[in-house]
Amino acid sequence: MRVEFAQAIIDQYNFQSQQVFLTGDLGYMALEQVGNTFGERFINAGVAEQNMVSMAAAMAYEGFIPWVYSISPFVTLRPYEQIRNDVCLHNLPVKLVGNGGGYGYGIMGATHHNLEDIAAMRVLPHMKVYLPLTGSDIANVVATMLQDPAPNYLRLNQGRDIEGLSSFAPWRHVRKGEGAVVIGAGPVLANVLDLPQDITEQLDIWALGTLPVTEIPEALIGAIVRTGKVITIEEHYAAGGLGEYLAGILLARNIGVPLRWKSLHAQGYPNDRYGSQQWHQELNGLRGQLLQQQITTILQ
Amino acid sequence: MADDNIRYINLCTRALSIKKRFLLMYSRANAGHIGSSLSAAEILTFLFFEWMQDKDEFILSKGHAAAVLYSTLAEKEWLSEEDIDSFYQNDTFLAAHPPANKLPHIPFATGSLGHGLSLAAGIGMARRLKQSEDRVFCVTSDGELNEGSIWEAAMFIAHHQLRRVVWIIDKNNLQGFGSTQEVMNLDPLADKLRAFQFDCLEIDGHNFEAWREAMDYASTCTKPLAVIANTIKGRDWATYENKLDSHYLPFKELQYEETLQRLEHQHREQVAKYHN
Repeated sequence: MRVEFAQAIIDQYNFQSQQVFLTGDLGYMALEQVGNTFGERFINAGVAEQNMVSMAAAMAYEGFIPWVYSISPFVTLRPYEQIRNDVCLHNLPVKLVGNGGGYGYGIMGATHHNLEDIAAMRVLPHMKVYLPLTGSDIANVVATMLQDPAPNYLRLNQGRDIEGLSSFAPWRHVRKGEGAVVIGAGPVLANVLDLPQDITEQLDIWALGTLPVTEIPEALIGAIVRTGKVITIEEHYAAGGLGEYLAGILLARNIGVPLRWKSLHAQGYPNDRYGSQQWHQELNGLRGQLLQQQITTILQ
Repeated sequence: MADDNIRYINLCTRALSIKKRFLLMYSRANAGHIGSSLSAAEILTFLFFEWMQDKDEFILSKGHAAAVLYSTLAEKEWLSEEDIDSFYQNDTFLAAHPPANKLPHIPFATGSLGHGLSLAAGIGMARRLKQSEDRVFCVTSDGELNEGSIWEAAMFIAHHQLRRVVWIIDKNNLQGFGSTQEVMNLDPLADKLRAFQFDCLEIDGHNFEAWREAMDYASTCTKPLAVIANTIKGRDWATYENKLDSHYLPFKELQYEETLQRLEHQHREQVAKYHN
């Protein structure tokens, strides 16, 4: 999604004149053209993310819309207090962009992964989290974020295209089925679509695109009531993640039927070994055989 | 009497008024951080009544000295006496550290140390892009310089030659749980700042004539300016002047009245000096 992101930023440059772009010294082979387009409004803030985020808050206070880019953990967790105090307490339109949420940086290892970002970001006041599903969502997401006067966090990842997918929205109905409801966020959801057809055709699949969740579509509630089975999938720890969050919302909503609930989520590093993003997903039951087994079990 | 002398008398009188107001605030609230505000009183007086222009921005990075900021804003008539009376009360905007989004001339909530200089850097950079010459003044403490983010900001400001940013360090040599010498030695601070490519001036932070020199020096600087204001924490609070206790303790018994008397006496002496 990084390439699409860079292109979307360039495309928007002429439409929104208040943009500035800050990077934490990253973007090799991706942001060069953004730099050329933005000129003096492209600021390499160096490997100094705390300073970068506070500066972005101050530039937003001065009327700019700052994009703040780095690898996901370095733009969310490293400067967390700067995000909380300087950006969110003041409800400033700073646009944090984290490349490689989840296991996105694969063999780079645990320091470059981010399995806590959604939890960490979604609890902050005024913060809105954007979770695109595919690269083709990005142009729409970038345009939406520029219209959003609140602080935002965008989680970028590798995502394959999904045929017939509607344009980006807080909720999208990805495919219909009557066996169980699947709710996912981000490209990991596509791993469900890659399972054998006799499984996927039983699944009512929904993609969540933004947090916080302000409402749940009635069609989704209807599917949950009808099937009595909900599977959530996320490339993130269970704590503070999508599954916990949606379970809490549905409990409060009191939909009146008992549910069989399965949260599929990252476990971390169960054997302390590292590999590609796909390898981590398989090990954690978010892809391939183990994912298939878990979904088959709940369908039975 | 020379114009300069009138000016210094006025500044001393403003400083006295600002101090009296925040000492009353602390006394009524039975609150600490008195020493932190006494340390910075002349700094804020000079900035707000002599150095800063209308569109210049101010950031109190050492947010624990909020009372001196509130009192200075009241002296400018940007806060009302009613606002001031609400200090430390329930349902106030005037918390012990500056609040977010609520008070004029307080652009950012501060209190967690090490944020202010980066905020100043961001304002400085934004104003460069807007081709505005308006400046931003940031007061940090010295203990605050333990924070790594301060040095991130310092590197950025120097690298980008953000001369719209004026950094003032209230160097009273005391921090949270000891002296800066004991906890995390900063010295030689001026050498550090110069090595970071700042123009650096060390002055007596309680002396308005020294501040005037700093202001004049600023107009000649070729690099961003950092002023090391040598100050005394809890200055004129006889019991705890230059003691760590002045950071934490509220006034006891007659200490408030004694401090006021001392300030009034000192003010009379200052005025007499400039009359002669």
